[in-house]
Amino acid sequence: MARRRVVVTGMGMLSPLGNNVASSWEGILAGRSGIAPIEHMDVSAFSTRFGGSVRDLAVDQYLSAKEARKQDLFIQYGLIASLQAVQQSGLEVTDANADRIGVVMGSGIGGLSNIEKNCESLSASGPRKISPFFVPGSIINMVSGFLSIQLGLKGPNYAIATACTTGTHCIGMAARNIAFDEADVMIAGGAEMATTGLGLGGFGAARALSTRNDEPTKASRPWDQDRDGFVLSDGAGALVLEELEHAKARGATIYAELIGFGMSGDAYHMTSPPENGEGAARCMASALRDAKINPEEVGYINAHGTSTPAGDIAEIGAVKSVFGSHASQLAMSSTKSMTGHLLGAAGAVEAVFSVLALRDQVAPPTINLDNPGAGCDLNLVAHTAQQRPLEVAISNSFGFGGTNGTLVFRRFV
Amino acid sequence: MSTIEERVKKIVAEQLGVKEEEVTNAASFVEDLGADSLDTVELVMALEEEFETEIPDEDAEKITTVQEAIDYVLAHQAK
Repeated sequence: MARRRVVVTGMGMLSPLGNNVASSWEGILAGRSGIAPIEHMDVSAFSTRFGGSVRDLAVDQYLSAKEARKQDLFIQYGLIASLQAVQQSGLEVTDANADRIGVVMGSGIGGLSNIEKNCESLSASGPRKISPFFVPGSIINMVSGFLSIQLGLKGPNYAIATACTTGTHCIGMAARNIAFDEADVMIAGGAEMATTGLGLGGFGAARALSTRNDEPTKASRPWDQDRDGFVLSDGAGALVLEELEHAKARGATIYAELIGFGMSGDAYHMTSPPENGEGAARCMASALRDAKINPEEVGYINAHGTSTPAGDIAEIGAVKSVFGSHASQLAMSSTKSMTGHLLGAAGAVEAVFSVLALRDQVAPPTINLDNPGAGCDLNLVAHTAQQRPLEVAISNSFGFGGTNGTLVFRRFV
Repeated sequence: MSTIEERVKKIVAEQLGVKEEEVTNAASFVEDLGADSLDTVELVMALEEEFETEIPDEDAEKITTVQEAIDYVLAHQAK
Protein backbone atom coordinates (compact mmCIF):
# COMPACT_ATOMS: atom_id res chain seq x y z
CA MET A 1 0.00 0.00 0.00
CA ALA A 2 1.36 3.39 -0.94
CA ARG A 3 2.15 5.68 1.95
CA ARG A 4 -0.26 8.59 2.30
CA ARG A 5 1.14 12.03 1.44
CA VAL A 6 1.36 14.75 4.09
CA VAL A 7 1.12 18.50 3.50
CA VAL A 8 1.35 21.61 5.65
CA THR A 9 -1.90 23.59 5.82
CA GLY A 10 -1.37 25.86 8.83
CA MET A 11 1.42 27.45 10.85
CA GLY A 12 1.66 29.28 14.15
CA MET A 13 4.51 30.82 16.08
CA LEU A 14 5.64 32.87 19.05
CA SER A 15 9.28 33.88 18.83
CA PRO A 16 11.66 36.60 20.01
CA LEU A 17 10.99 38.20 16.62
CA GLY A 18 7.23 38.42 16.94
CA ASN A 19 4.04 36.91 18.28
CA ASN A 20 2.88 35.33 15.03
CA VAL A 21 4.32 33.77 11.89
CA ALA A 22 4.06 36.89 9.73
CA SER A 23 5.96 39.21 12.06
CA SER A 24 8.60 36.58 12.85
CA TRP A 25 9.19 35.87 9.16
CA GLU A 26 9.37 39.56 8.39
CA GLY A 27 12.09 39.87 11.04
CA ILE A 28 13.97 36.89 9.59
CA LEU A 29 13.95 38.25 6.04
CA ALA A 30 15.10 41.64 7.32
CA GLY A 31 17.98 40.01 9.21
CA ARG A 32 16.80 41.38 12.54
CA SER A 33 18.01 40.00 15.88
CA GLY A 34 15.38 39.25 18.53
CA ILE A 35 17.97 38.93 21.28
CA ALA A 36 18.02 41.42 24.17
CA PRO A 37 18.79 41.71 27.89
CA ILE A 38 16.50 39.50 29.98
CA GLU A 39 13.99 41.65 31.86
CA HIS A 40 11.54 39.19 33.41
CA MET A 41 13.85 38.20 36.26
CA ASP A 42 16.92 39.45 38.07
CA VAL A 43 19.85 38.14 36.05
CA SER A 44 22.62 40.17 37.70
CA ALA A 45 24.30 37.08 39.19
CA PHE A 46 24.29 35.08 35.94
CA SER A 47 27.22 34.73 33.54
CA THR A 48 24.76 35.25 30.66
CA ARG A 49 22.25 38.07 31.12
CA PHE A 50 20.42 38.13 27.79
CA GLY A 51 18.23 35.87 25.72
CA GLY A 52 15.33 35.73 23.33
CA SER A 53 12.05 36.45 25.09
CA VAL A 54 8.42 36.43 24.00
CA ARG A 55 7.32 40.02 24.60
CA ASP A 56 3.99 41.87 24.80
CA LEU A 57 1.95 38.71 24.42
CA ALA A 58 -1.82 39.21 24.78
CA VAL A 59 -2.54 35.81 26.34
CA ASP A 60 -6.19 36.71 26.92
CA GLN A 61 -6.77 36.90 23.16
CA TYR A 62 -6.32 33.13 23.08
CA LEU A 63 -6.79 31.66 26.56
CA SER A 64 -9.16 32.32 29.44
CA ALA A 65 -7.50 33.81 32.50
CA LYS A 66 -8.73 30.89 34.57
CA GLU A 67 -7.06 28.32 32.32
CA ALA A 68 -3.87 30.32 31.77
CA ARG A 69 -3.32 30.64 35.51
CA LYS A 70 -2.96 26.87 35.79
CA GLN A 71 -0.40 26.59 33.00
CA ASP A 72 3.32 27.11 32.91
CA LEU A 73 4.33 29.66 30.27
CA PHE A 74 5.62 26.96 27.93
CA ILE A 75 2.10 25.50 27.84
CA GLN A 76 0.57 28.90 27.11
CA TYR A 77 3.08 29.49 24.33
CA GLY A 78 2.47 26.07 22.80
CA LEU A 79 -1.29 26.47 22.94
CA ILE A 80 -1.22 29.91 21.35
CA ALA A 81 1.04 28.80 18.48
CA SER A 82 -1.21 25.77 17.94
CA LEU A 83 -4.38 27.85 17.95
CA GLN A 84 -2.82 30.22 15.40
CA ALA A 85 -1.93 27.28 13.17
CA VAL A 86 -5.40 25.76 13.39
CA GLN A 87 -6.98 29.12 12.66
CA GLN A 88 -4.80 29.63 9.60
CA SER A 89 -5.64 26.14 8.33
CA GLY A 90 -9.36 26.88 8.39
CA LEU A 91 -9.90 23.40 9.81
CA GLU A 92 -13.27 22.81 11.45
CA VAL A 93 -13.44 20.19 14.16
CA THR A 94 -16.72 18.26 14.03
CA ASP A 95 -18.17 15.14 15.66
CA ALA A 96 -17.43 13.35 12.40
CA ASN A 97 -13.72 14.22 12.14
CA ALA A 98 -12.62 14.78 15.77
CA ASP A 99 -11.15 11.31 16.25
CA ARG A 100 -9.04 11.72 13.11
CA ILE A 101 -7.31 14.89 14.39
CA GLY A 102 -4.44 14.57 16.86
CA VAL A 103 -1.74 16.57 18.59
CA VAL A 104 2.00 16.08 19.16
CA MET A 105 3.30 19.23 20.82
CA GLY A 106 6.47 18.61 22.81
CA SER A 107 8.90 20.51 24.96
CA GLY A 108 12.56 19.98 25.69
CA ILE A 109 12.35 20.73 29.38
CA GLY A 110 8.73 21.46 30.33
CA GLY A 111 7.44 23.72 33.09
CA LEU A 112 10.66 24.90 34.61
CA SER A 113 9.34 28.13 36.12
CA ASN A 114 6.41 26.23 37.65
CA ILE A 115 8.81 23.66 39.07
CA GLU A 116 10.96 26.41 40.60
CA LYS A 117 7.96 28.20 42.08
CA ASN A 118 6.54 25.08 43.73
CA CYS A 119 9.96 23.99 44.91
CA GLU A 120 10.24 27.31 46.71
CA SER A 121 6.80 26.78 48.29
CA LEU A 122 7.86 23.31 49.41
CA SER A 123 11.08 24.59 50.96
CA ALA A 124 9.54 27.63 52.60
CA SER A 125 6.18 26.30 53.79
CA GLY A 126 6.02 22.54 53.31
CA PRO A 127 4.09 20.18 51.05
CA ARG A 128 0.67 21.64 51.87
CA LYS A 129 1.63 24.73 49.87
CA ILE A 130 2.25 22.88 46.61
CA SER A 131 -0.41 23.86 44.07
CA PRO A 132 -2.82 21.17 42.91
CA PHE A 133 -2.04 22.47 39.42
CA PHE A 134 1.69 22.01 39.83
CA VAL A 135 1.94 18.61 38.12
CA PRO A 136 -0.69 19.06 35.38
CA GLY A 137 0.55 22.61 34.80
CA SER A 138 4.18 21.55 34.32
CA ILE A 139 4.46 18.21 32.56
CA ILE A 140 5.57 18.08 28.96
CA ASN A 141 2.51 16.52 27.32
CA MET A 142 0.13 19.19 28.61
CA VAL A 143 0.21 21.39 25.51
CA SER A 144 -1.18 18.39 23.67
CA GLY A 145 -3.58 17.69 26.52
CA PHE A 146 -4.96 21.21 26.92
CA LEU A 147 -5.24 21.71 23.15
CA SER A 148 -7.24 18.51 22.73
CA ILE A 149 -9.57 19.59 25.53
CA GLN A 150 -9.97 23.12 24.18
CA LEU A 151 -10.66 22.06 20.57
CA GLY A 152 -12.15 18.59 21.11
CA LEU A 153 -9.38 16.75 19.25
CA LYS A 154 -9.79 13.02 19.85
CA GLY A 155 -7.02 11.54 17.68
CA PRO A 156 -3.51 10.51 18.80
CA ASN A 157 -2.36 12.70 21.68
CA TYR A 158 1.22 12.63 22.89
CA ALA A 159 4.47 14.55 23.24
CA ILE A 160 8.08 13.82 22.49
CA ALA A 161 10.89 15.18 24.69
CA THR A 162 14.23 14.97 22.91
CA ALA A 163 15.93 18.18 24.03
CA CYS A 164 16.68 20.48 21.10
CA THR A 165 15.35 17.96 18.58
CA THR A 166 11.89 17.84 20.18
CA GLY A 167 10.04 20.01 17.64
CA THR A 168 11.54 18.17 14.68
CA HIS A 169 10.76 14.75 16.10
CA CYS A 170 7.20 15.78 16.96
CA ILE A 171 6.58 16.96 13.40
CA GLY A 172 8.22 13.91 11.85
CA MET A 173 6.31 11.43 13.96
CA ALA A 174 3.04 13.31 13.47
CA ALA A 175 3.56 13.02 9.72
CA ARG A 176 3.96 9.28 10.15
CA ASN A 177 0.71 9.12 12.10
CA ILE A 178 -0.95 10.56 9.00
CA ALA A 179 1.07 8.52 6.51
CA PHE A 180 0.15 5.32 8.36
CA ASP A 181 -3.55 6.26 8.38
CA GLU A 182 -3.78 6.76 12.15
CA ALA A 183 -5.03 10.32 11.65
CA ASP A 184 -5.98 12.73 8.84
CA VAL A 185 -4.74 15.88 10.57
CA MET A 186 -2.08 16.40 13.23
CA ILE A 187 -1.06 19.58 15.03
CA ALA A 188 2.64 19.22 15.74
CA GLY A 189 5.55 21.24 17.04
CA GLY A 190 7.18 22.35 20.26
CA ALA A 191 7.14 24.95 23.00
CA GLU A 192 9.72 26.18 25.48
CA MET A 193 10.16 28.71 28.25
CA ALA A 194 13.46 27.90 29.92
CA THR A 195 14.92 31.36 30.53
CA THR A 196 14.41 30.82 34.25
CA GLY A 197 16.94 30.69 37.05
CA LEU A 198 17.55 26.97 36.60
CA GLY A 199 17.49 27.13 32.80
CA LEU A 200 19.81 30.07 32.36
CA GLY A 201 21.98 28.91 35.24
CA GLY A 202 22.05 25.29 34.11
CA PHE A 203 23.02 25.93 30.50
CA GLY A 204 25.47 28.52 31.76
CA ALA A 205 27.04 25.97 34.10
CA ALA A 206 27.42 23.61 31.16
CA ARG A 207 29.31 26.43 29.40
CA ALA A 208 26.86 26.14 26.52
CA LEU A 209 25.78 29.80 26.38
CA SER A 210 27.30 32.87 24.79
CA THR A 211 28.47 35.39 27.39
CA ARG A 212 28.60 38.34 25.01
CA ASN A 213 26.67 40.50 27.49
CA ASP A 214 27.81 43.79 26.02
CA GLU A 215 26.37 42.98 22.58
CA PRO A 216 23.33 40.68 22.87
CA THR A 217 22.21 41.15 19.26
CA LYS A 218 25.63 39.95 18.08
CA ALA A 219 25.83 36.98 20.44
CA SER A 220 24.24 34.37 18.20
CA ARG A 221 26.77 34.15 15.34
CA PRO A 222 26.71 30.66 13.83
CA TRP A 223 29.91 29.69 11.96
CA ASP A 224 31.59 33.02 12.77
CA GLN A 225 35.13 32.65 14.10
CA ASP A 226 34.15 34.55 17.27
CA ARG A 227 31.11 32.42 18.15
CA ASP A 228 31.09 31.49 21.83
CA GLY A 229 27.94 29.50 22.54
CA PHE A 230 24.21 29.59 21.93
CA VAL A 231 21.60 32.09 23.06
CA LEU A 232 18.73 30.71 25.15
CA SER A 233 15.31 31.70 23.78
CA ASP A 234 11.63 31.16 24.47
CA GLY A 235 8.67 30.57 22.18
CA ALA A 236 6.72 27.97 20.30
CA GLY A 237 6.03 26.76 16.80
CA ALA A 238 3.24 24.61 15.42
CA LEU A 239 2.28 23.11 12.08
CA VAL A 240 -1.02 21.73 10.93
CA LEU A 241 -0.09 18.59 8.98
CA GLU A 242 -2.77 17.07 6.83
CA GLU A 243 -3.24 14.15 4.48
CA LEU A 244 -3.05 15.52 0.93
CA GLU A 245 -6.48 14.43 -0.33
CA HIS A 246 -8.11 15.53 2.92
CA ALA A 247 -6.59 18.99 2.48
CA LYS A 248 -7.60 19.20 -1.17
CA ALA A 249 -11.15 18.05 -0.46
CA ARG A 250 -11.78 20.92 1.91
CA GLY A 251 -10.03 23.46 -0.31
CA ALA A 252 -7.23 24.17 2.17
CA THR A 253 -4.24 26.30 1.24
CA ILE A 254 -1.23 23.98 0.97
CA TYR A 255 2.07 25.61 1.93
CA ALA A 256 4.44 22.68 1.31
CA GLU A 257 4.62 18.90 1.32
CA LEU A 258 6.51 17.06 4.06
CA ILE A 259 8.21 14.36 2.01
CA GLY A 260 10.78 12.91 4.40
CA PHE A 261 11.93 12.45 7.96
CA GLY A 262 15.07 10.91 9.41
CA MET A 263 16.46 10.25 12.86
CA SER A 264 19.72 9.02 14.31
CA GLY A 265 21.68 8.76 17.54
CA ASP A 266 25.29 9.89 17.99
CA ALA A 267 26.22 7.27 20.63
CA TYR A 268 29.07 9.59 21.54
CA HIS A 269 28.77 12.18 24.36
CA MET A 270 26.17 13.85 26.60
CA THR A 271 26.39 17.30 25.04
CA SER A 272 28.99 17.28 22.23
CA PRO A 273 28.64 15.89 18.72
CA PRO A 274 31.38 13.78 17.15
CA GLU A 275 33.83 16.14 15.45
CA ASN A 276 33.05 14.96 11.93
CA GLY A 277 29.30 15.18 12.52
CA GLU A 278 28.78 11.58 11.46
CA GLY A 279 25.59 11.26 13.54
CA ALA A 280 24.11 14.30 11.84
CA ALA A 281 25.19 12.92 8.47
CA ARG A 282 23.44 9.60 9.05
CA CYS A 283 20.35 11.54 10.08
CA MET A 284 20.26 13.64 6.89
CA ALA A 285 20.99 10.60 4.73
CA SER A 286 18.14 8.74 6.39
CA ALA A 287 15.77 11.64 5.75
CA LEU A 288 16.75 11.84 2.07
CA ARG A 289 16.27 8.10 1.72
CA ASP A 290 12.83 8.40 3.32
CA ALA A 291 11.98 11.22 0.90
CA LYS A 292 13.27 9.15 -2.04
CA ILE A 293 15.22 12.10 -3.44
CA ASN A 294 18.80 12.69 -4.51
CA PRO A 295 20.96 15.06 -2.47
CA GLU A 296 21.22 17.34 -5.54
CA GLU A 297 17.52 18.19 -5.25
CA VAL A 298 18.03 19.99 -1.93
CA GLY A 299 18.35 23.75 -2.41
CA TYR A 300 18.23 24.99 1.17
CA ILE A 301 19.24 23.66 4.57
CA ASN A 302 17.89 25.30 7.70
CA ALA A 303 20.81 24.25 9.88
CA HIS A 304 20.77 23.39 13.54
CA GLY A 305 23.62 25.97 13.68
CA THR A 306 23.40 27.06 17.32
CA SER A 307 26.59 29.16 17.38
CA THR A 308 28.60 26.73 19.49
CA PRO A 309 32.23 26.17 18.48
CA ALA A 310 31.95 22.37 18.20
CA GLY A 311 28.40 21.96 16.91
CA ASP A 312 28.63 24.40 14.00
CA ILE A 313 31.70 22.86 12.43
CA ALA A 314 30.42 19.32 12.93
CA GLU A 315 27.29 20.19 10.96
CA ILE A 316 29.39 21.58 8.13
CA GLY A 317 31.32 18.30 8.02
CA ALA A 318 28.08 16.35 8.02
CA VAL A 319 26.65 18.35 5.13
CA LYS A 320 29.82 17.93 3.08
CA SER A 321 29.81 14.19 3.62
CA VAL A 322 26.13 13.80 2.64
CA PHE A 323 25.99 16.27 -0.25
CA GLY A 324 29.51 15.98 -1.66
CA SER A 325 30.16 18.55 -4.38
CA HIS A 326 26.54 19.72 -4.16
CA ALA A 327 27.29 21.09 -0.67
CA SER A 328 28.84 24.16 -2.23
CA GLN A 329 25.86 24.67 -4.56
CA LEU A 330 23.08 24.77 -1.97
CA ALA A 331 22.31 27.50 0.53
CA MET A 332 22.52 26.77 4.25
CA SER A 333 21.67 29.22 7.00
CA SER A 334 20.95 29.39 10.68
CA THR A 335 17.86 31.36 11.62
CA LYS A 336 19.04 30.92 15.22
CA SER A 337 21.37 33.82 14.45
CA MET A 338 18.20 35.93 14.79
CA THR A 339 15.88 33.93 17.05
CA GLY A 340 18.43 32.38 19.36
CA HIS A 341 17.91 28.76 20.36
CA LEU A 342 14.35 27.84 21.32
CA LEU A 343 15.40 24.33 22.46
CA GLY A 344 12.34 22.09 22.12
CA ALA A 345 10.57 24.70 20.01
CA ALA A 346 13.54 25.27 17.70
CA GLY A 347 12.73 22.48 15.26
CA ALA A 348 9.16 23.68 15.01
CA VAL A 349 9.87 27.36 14.30
CA GLU A 350 12.60 26.31 11.88
CA ALA A 351 10.22 23.95 10.09
CA VAL A 352 7.95 26.97 9.61
CA PHE A 353 10.86 29.01 8.26
CA SER A 354 11.78 26.17 5.88
CA VAL A 355 8.22 26.00 4.57
CA LEU A 356 8.17 29.78 4.09
CA ALA A 357 11.55 29.66 2.34
CA LEU A 358 9.98 27.33 -0.23
CA ARG A 359 6.83 29.42 -0.50
CA ASP A 360 8.71 32.67 -1.00
CA GLN A 361 11.68 31.17 -2.88
CA VAL A 362 14.17 32.78 -0.55
CA ALA A 363 16.97 31.49 1.68
CA PRO A 364 16.88 33.31 5.03
CA PRO A 365 20.14 34.89 6.16
CA THR A 366 22.67 34.01 8.84
CA ILE A 367 23.33 37.31 10.57
CA ASN A 368 26.52 38.18 12.46
CA LEU A 369 28.56 35.94 10.17
CA ASP A 370 31.30 38.54 9.77
CA ASN A 371 34.30 36.24 9.54
CA PRO A 372 33.55 32.59 8.82
CA GLY A 373 35.49 30.29 11.14
CA ALA A 374 38.00 27.75 9.87
CA GLY A 375 36.28 25.20 7.64
CA CYS A 376 33.00 27.16 7.46
CA ASP A 377 33.30 27.57 3.72
CA LEU A 378 29.82 26.85 2.33
CA ASN A 379 27.19 29.35 1.13
CA LEU A 380 25.96 30.21 4.62
CA VAL A 381 23.84 33.16 3.40
CA ALA A 382 25.78 35.70 5.42
CA HIS A 383 23.92 38.86 6.47
CA THR A 384 21.23 39.09 3.79
CA ALA A 385 18.55 36.75 2.45
CA GLN A 386 19.09 35.25 -1.00
CA GLN A 387 16.26 35.02 -3.50
CA ARG A 388 16.74 31.73 -5.39
CA PRO A 389 14.71 28.92 -6.91
CA LEU A 390 14.07 26.31 -4.19
CA GLU A 391 12.30 22.99 -4.70
CA VAL A 392 13.36 21.12 -1.56
CA ALA A 393 14.41 22.39 1.87
CA ILE A 394 15.58 20.36 4.83
CA SER A 395 15.61 21.35 8.49
CA ASN A 396 18.09 19.87 10.97
CA SER A 397 17.91 19.54 14.75
CA PHE A 398 20.47 17.95 17.05
CA GLY A 399 20.02 17.60 20.80
CA PHE A 400 21.76 16.80 24.07
CA GLY A 401 22.07 13.07 24.42
CA GLY A 402 23.07 12.79 20.76
CA THR A 403 19.54 12.80 19.35
CA ASN A 404 19.15 13.96 15.76
CA GLY A 405 16.26 14.72 13.43
CA THR A 406 15.86 16.01 9.87
CA LEU A 407 12.68 17.05 8.05
CA VAL A 408 12.44 17.29 4.26
CA PHE A 409 9.91 19.66 2.69
CA ARG A 410 9.06 20.02 -0.99
CA ARG A 411 7.54 23.10 -2.56
CA PHE A 412 3.88 22.48 -3.37
CA VAL A 413 2.59 23.94 -6.62
CA MET B 1 -11.20 47.98 54.95
CA SER B 2 -13.08 45.16 53.25
CA THR B 3 -15.32 42.87 55.23
CA ILE B 4 -14.57 39.17 55.43
CA GLU B 5 -17.47 38.50 53.11
CA GLU B 6 -16.05 40.84 50.49
CA ARG B 7 -12.57 39.36 50.79
CA VAL B 8 -13.87 35.81 50.45
CA LYS B 9 -15.92 36.70 47.39
CA LYS B 10 -12.99 38.46 45.77
CA ILE B 11 -10.79 35.38 46.21
CA VAL B 12 -13.49 33.06 44.90
CA ALA B 13 -13.93 35.25 41.82
CA GLU B 14 -10.18 35.37 41.19
CA GLN B 15 -9.52 31.69 41.77
CA LEU B 16 -12.45 30.41 39.75
CA GLY B 17 -12.24 33.03 37.01
CA VAL B 18 -15.82 34.25 37.43
CA LYS B 19 -17.35 37.72 37.76
CA GLU B 20 -17.78 38.97 41.32
CA GLU B 21 -21.53 39.44 40.80
CA GLU B 22 -21.85 35.70 40.12
CA VAL B 23 -20.35 34.97 43.51
CA THR B 24 -23.54 35.00 45.58
CA ASN B 25 -23.60 33.70 49.12
CA ALA B 26 -25.57 30.63 48.14
CA ALA B 27 -23.37 29.78 45.14
CA SER B 28 -21.83 26.31 45.09
CA PHE B 29 -18.23 26.23 43.86
CA VAL B 30 -18.75 23.12 41.76
CA GLU B 31 -22.36 23.38 40.67
CA ASP B 32 -22.72 27.14 40.15
CA LEU B 33 -19.21 28.46 39.60
CA GLY B 34 -17.72 25.72 37.43
CA ALA B 35 -14.99 24.55 39.78
CA ASP B 36 -13.44 21.10 39.51
CA SER B 37 -11.76 19.14 42.32
CA LEU B 38 -8.38 20.79 41.69
CA ASP B 39 -9.93 24.28 41.67
CA THR B 40 -11.49 23.71 45.08
CA VAL B 41 -8.16 22.55 46.55
CA GLU B 42 -6.47 25.69 45.30
CA LEU B 43 -9.34 27.88 46.48
CA VAL B 44 -8.93 26.59 50.01
CA MET B 45 -5.19 27.26 49.79
CA ALA B 46 -5.92 30.84 48.72
CA LEU B 47 -8.30 31.29 51.65
CA GLU B 48 -5.64 29.94 54.01
CA GLU B 49 -3.16 32.46 52.69
CA GLU B 50 -5.52 35.44 52.75
CA PHE B 51 -6.73 34.78 56.29
CA GLU B 52 -3.48 33.36 57.64
CA THR B 53 -5.09 30.20 58.88
CA GLU B 54 -4.77 26.52 58.22
CA ILE B 55 -7.83 24.64 57.05
CA PRO B 56 -7.52 20.89 57.73
CA ASP B 57 -8.59 18.60 54.89
CA GLU B 58 -11.59 17.27 56.82
CA ASP B 59 -12.87 20.85 57.24
CA ALA B 60 -11.98 21.83 53.67
CA GLU B 61 -14.19 19.07 52.30
CA LYS B 62 -17.20 20.67 54.00
CA ILE B 63 -16.63 24.08 52.41
CA THR B 64 -18.65 23.81 49.21
CA THR B 65 -20.44 27.17 48.98
CA VAL B 66 -19.47 30.80 49.34
CA GLN B 67 -21.48 31.10 52.58
CA GLU B 68 -19.74 28.06 54.05
CA ALA B 69 -16.39 29.64 53.31
CA ILE B 70 -17.45 32.92 54.94
CA ASP B 71 -18.77 31.07 57.99
CA TYR B 72 -15.57 29.06 58.32
CA VAL B 73 -13.36 32.12 58.17
CA LEU B 74 -15.54 34.01 60.69
CA ALA B 75 -15.33 31.06 63.10
CA HIS B 76 -11.60 30.44 62.72
CA GLN B 77 -10.12 33.80 61.90
CA ALA B 78 -6.68 34.36 63.35
CA LYS B 79 -6.77 37.41 65.53
